[in-house]
Amino acid sequence: MEHFRNPRNVGEIPDADGVGTVGNPVCGDVMTMYIKVKDNRIVDIKFKTFGCGAAVATSSMITELAKGKTLEEATEISRGDVADSLGGLPPIKMHCSNLAADALHEAIKDYQKKQGANEK
Amino acid sequence: MRGFAMRKVYMDHTAGMPVDPHVVEEMKRYFEKFYGNPASLHSFAQEARKGLESAREKVAGLIGAEKSEEVVFTSCATESNNWAIRGAAARNQMRGKHIITTGIEHMSVLNVCKYLMKQGFRVSFLPVDKYGIIDLEILKKELTDETILVSVMYANGEIGTIEPIKEVSEIVHDKNAYLHVDATAAMGQVAMDVQEEGVDLLTLSSNDMYGPKGVGALYIKKGTRLEPLVYGGGQERGLRSGTENLPGIVGMGKAAELAEAEMGAESERLNKLRDKFIKELLEHIPYSFLNGHPSKRLPNNVAVRFSFIEGESMLLNLDMAGVAASSGSACTAKTLEPSHVLLAIGLKHEEAHGSLLFTLGKQNTEEDVDYVVGLMPDIVKRLRAMSPLTPKELRKSV
Repeated sequence: MEHFRNPRNVGEIPDADGVGTVGNPVCGDVMTMYIKVKDNRIVDIKFKTFGCGAAVATSSMITELAKGKTLEEATEISRGDVADSLGGLPPIKMHCSNLAADALHEAIKDYQKKQGANEK
Repeated sequence: MRGFAMRKVYMDHTAGMPVDPHVVEEMKRYFEKFYGNPASLHSFAQEARKGLESAREKVAGLIGAEKSEEVVFTSCATESNNWAIRGAAARNQMRGKHIITTGIEHMSVLNVCKYLMKQGFRVSFLPVDKYGIIDLEILKKELTDETILVSVMYANGEIGTIEPIKEVSEIVHDKNAYLHVDATAAMGQVAMDVQEEGVDLLTLSSNDMYGPKGVGALYIKKGTRLEPLVYGGGQERGLRSGTENLPGIVGMGKAAELAEAEMGAESERLNKLRDKFIKELLEHIPYSFLNGHPSKRLPNNVAVRFSFIEGESMLLNLDMAGVAASSGSACTAKTLEPSHVLLAIGLKHEEAHGSLLFTLGKQNTEEDVDYVVGLMPDIVKRLRAMSPLTPKELRKSV
């Protein structure tokens, strides 16, 4: 509830190193994650979400979990970790926490793809 | 949240209503004093029987039934809907196996129809316009000599729209089909007359007019052929056997009596409150819209939607400020699909997800409306700032 009432890290990062968007408005949830990476660590992370309370709370939680982590560590944050950190979610809401984790992983992939392109 | 005691505002009356204190008083006597079984012979039973029949008369009076025995008590509106449709289908299938209903009915109508489709019946689900009103021309076209029953709700609780029952009835009776009307959402809010409007079967609920939960009724016009629901000792004219839930029934009777007495003035008061509520919400919040018909509308119903954001987040924010409302949106329901009613009136999924439903009641005041109207713009703004769907140019201003 606290993460819904006062969500952390809401917003966007205009010059983000990686951006990941998952979900679609048809099923009621869209989530975008922005990450800023320095020396292989996530130094800043922000999110935007169109979704229910659980979607807001899980987005907020995952940004807290991911901040300061290396990309490898962040990639390992699983769908279950988010729900666990929030003290569990009802089964019908699990897809919200899945989305949050998926959005983060997408953002990391996006970063890695951009890095790969730069190195070439 | 704030330093002072938080205001509590209940605006979810369609989901559940408080029971009127007069109703509770009346019910208590039938728990403690008149506990006899109406079927017995002694004086205890006579009092119980009197209570039962008096309740029946009051309910019959509220809907303008010709005779009180046309009202049969059930356990809830869902039971009445199930019975009306299954009972009429079973008893009249020799005449035809076609049923017509609409896409915006309650699940207790739609799911019975789906069940009947598995049993070999053909069911037509009529479309509605953007306000939720059924198309009478399409109804005419769908009706055939095979059609035995048409089921159309009196009003939709989710979008507030009132259907043209009298016109529907004329068309249906031209083809000698029965008309079933689910009046659950309209109970105690709109004056209805089953004879004048030409209804054969009418579903009624008690809790939707400040009566207890666990009791409902089905009006069965004399001569309507319907299979019994429960076989047993022959209670309720042999149509629904089983010892009567007397305190509940008496409570529903009292609620009907109060509704009849108070409805005129109360509906007028609610109409004003509703119109003010809708007008101010739409004025104060950009990209907000009304769901349902602006004037052919239940007095207690304020159904609105806000672009770019999702209903449940709004509900949680309102709850934190002491306000109870509802949404037909995905996450609140057991499925993740938005409400079938909102999709039927042509809303896109993301529009449907942004819907909120406030249903007003007796205890709501103008101050309550002012309080909620005061809260909403900030809630919407905060969620829009968070939403990836909000167009960039609007993010600061809305």
